[in-house]
Amino acid sequence: MNVHEYQGKEILRKYGVATPRGVPCFSVTEADSAARELGGKVWVVKAQIHAGGRGKGGGVKVAKSLEEVHEYASKILGMTLITHQTGPEGRLVKRLLVEEGADIRKELYVGMVVDRATQRVTLMASSEGGMEIEEVAARTPERIHKVAIDPVAGLTDAQADDVARKIGVPDGSVAQARNFMHGLYRAFVECDASLAEINPLIITGDGRVLALDAKLNFDSNALYRQPEIVAMRDLDEEDPAEVEASKFDLSYISLSGNIGCLVNGAGLAMATMDSIKLFGAEPANFLDVGGGATAQKVTEAFKLMLKNPAVKGILVNIFGGIMRCDTIAEGVIAAAKEVRLSVPLVVRMKGTNEELGRQKLRESGLPIISADNMADAAQKIVAAVAGK
Amino acid sequence: MSILIDRNTKVMTQGITGKTGAFHTRLCRDYAYGKDCFVAGVNPNKAGDTFEGIPIFATAREAKEQTGATVSVIYVPPAFAAGAIDEAVDAELDLVICITEGVPVRDMISTRNRMRGKKTLLVGPNCPGVITPDEIKIGIMPGHIHKKGRIGVVSRSGTLTYEAVGQLMDLGLGQSTCVGIGGDPVNGLKHIDVMRMFNDDPETDAVIMVGEIGGDDEETCARWIKHHMKKPVVGFIAGVTAPPGKRMGHAGAIISGGKGTATEKLAVMEECGIKVTRNPAEMAVLLKSVL
Repeated sequence: MNVHEYQGKEILRKYGVATPRGVPCFSVTEADSAARELGGKVWVVKAQIHAGGRGKGGGVKVAKSLEEVHEYASKILGMTLITHQTGPEGRLVKRLLVEEGADIRKELYVGMVVDRATQRVTLMASSEGGMEIEEVAARTPERIHKVAIDPVAGLTDAQADDVARKIGVPDGSVAQARNFMHGLYRAFVECDASLAEINPLIITGDGRVLALDAKLNFDSNALYRQPEIVAMRDLDEEDPAEVEASKFDLSYISLSGNIGCLVNGAGLAMATMDSIKLFGAEPANFLDVGGGATAQKVTEAFKLMLKNPAVKGILVNIFGGIMRCDTIAEGVIAAAKEVRLSVPLVVRMKGTNEELGRQKLRESGLPIISADNMADAAQKIVAAVAGK
Repeated sequence: MSILIDRNTKVMTQGITGKTGAFHTRLCRDYAYGKDCFVAGVNPNKAGDTFEGIPIFATAREAKEQTGATVSVIYVPPAFAAGAIDEAVDAELDLVICITEGVPVRDMISTRNRMRGKKTLLVGPNCPGVITPDEIKIGIMPGHIHKKGRIGVVSRSGTLTYEAVGQLMDLGLGQSTCVGIGGDPVNGLKHIDVMRMFNDDPETDAVIMVGEIGGDDEETCARWIKHHMKKPVVGFIAGVTAPPGKRMGHAGAIISGGKGTATEKLAVMEECGIKVTRNPAEMAVLLKSVL
């Protein structure tokens, strides 16, 4: 789960991580009064969407007067912000963060991730603040410093100070940087984060260490024990189809192709998508109905796929293990009838009672195309959609 | 022989009285030599009871002492799964297979750290389990689709493992052992660990390695294979079509920071001399071609 920058900063402040003062705003009027309250001479008006690259897309502006705050807030609120992470359709801006301007002396990078190889939380830091860390890793890997953090000992002072010096934190600010990193690590662990990125972390003219931006992702497996994080969820930032799917315990992701696929198991679902691509078409979605695929779940899955107007055909690929193929066939037939399916449907079933399952499909009177294996299924649906 | 488990393995089920645990313990007990293998259950609230004749103990340690069980399978809910693994590790079991899906990563970081230097091996969490066909199955895979043979299967995903097995069966090829290592970012045995065991197993002739996007376990295994593996390995990686930044069902199946793509993994595997296919329907055909 992701949160907005202003929410991420709220969380970090609770753990003693310093940020510029700022106020989240949902209207231009709120932005005006936020700027007045904050005082000072420079403000930053920042679009709040769950995607990076907001500055380049015109979603972050520095205002040098209250009039400019008003002007930028009016422009940014309600704009469709397009960044490299939003895709070409962009994202509607509904929230702003108005912050006091900061006197930036240095821009650095500090992040934390769970490293699969060491099975520890890893602190990553770089002197190249403001740049994408992937880019730094590709061009100047020697400028990235990593520390695997012992889960029992936590981040030690020595580790934090060492990293701070390596990325160029001035001597007078090292103690602050140490507190900053300790706070970030505590927030990461206690809130069950899966990713934290402070890019940039800045050193101000008077030597303060501040998080100028904050990106936090959280482990969805741990949300049951993080009610405060869950309360920050912004459904406007999520794909409505994915939100709908989660209500039925379906794992769904929208993609850009025109062949819907319904599969049991994440790995098999990906392999099915790959097969569609291999035979010249593109999948419209990833959809894992899970192990216990009931008729009702399959029906909901069909409805979900068909809400996407791009879908011109559906491929069902089920490996019936504990769940028998005849049961799945009944679910597919019921679903096809209920949604009055009007696009080609190819079904491939393998495993327990597969013959009985196929027989049920044949006897249903529906124009369902049966396939023997995954490649056959992919070829058949690609051909059917192409009108061959 | 086989790897990890065989007909002489004695297993305790942690979470035997829950819905999933009860359902699958029954199926496992009824598979091949399961009646001899599944000897104990663990549930602190039901100690002294039995589950269809299988005695239930308060702790993993007690179950081990009373029945000689050295392997545990875990079906307890996600919030308690890491604790159940810790208990099995403290009881000094040989192997723990954690089926539970949805275990918080922070819990697994702590559990894996506790396991450092201990003898207990872990498979999972979020995995289908391990099967040595016609001897013993520990987990949720459909037993009857397998048969005894000489091909090893290792995979991060459940149904895709069954798919590989189904294809092998269509060609008349049985399996020595099939290991589902699970789809979580922080877990127990990885491809490389299982591959080492297959390499040392005289009854395994060749291996199908099924991977997916995310992390670099497949690459690490591939580099090891290049220098050490004495048997043919074929591979498939799911997720060529997966977009970056989207978690494809499994918590570990995500392309992050441009790393962990299927294309990248396939390329490294090929460089290391592993025959790979981009067509998941051809895993077994490819394997047969290298025998």
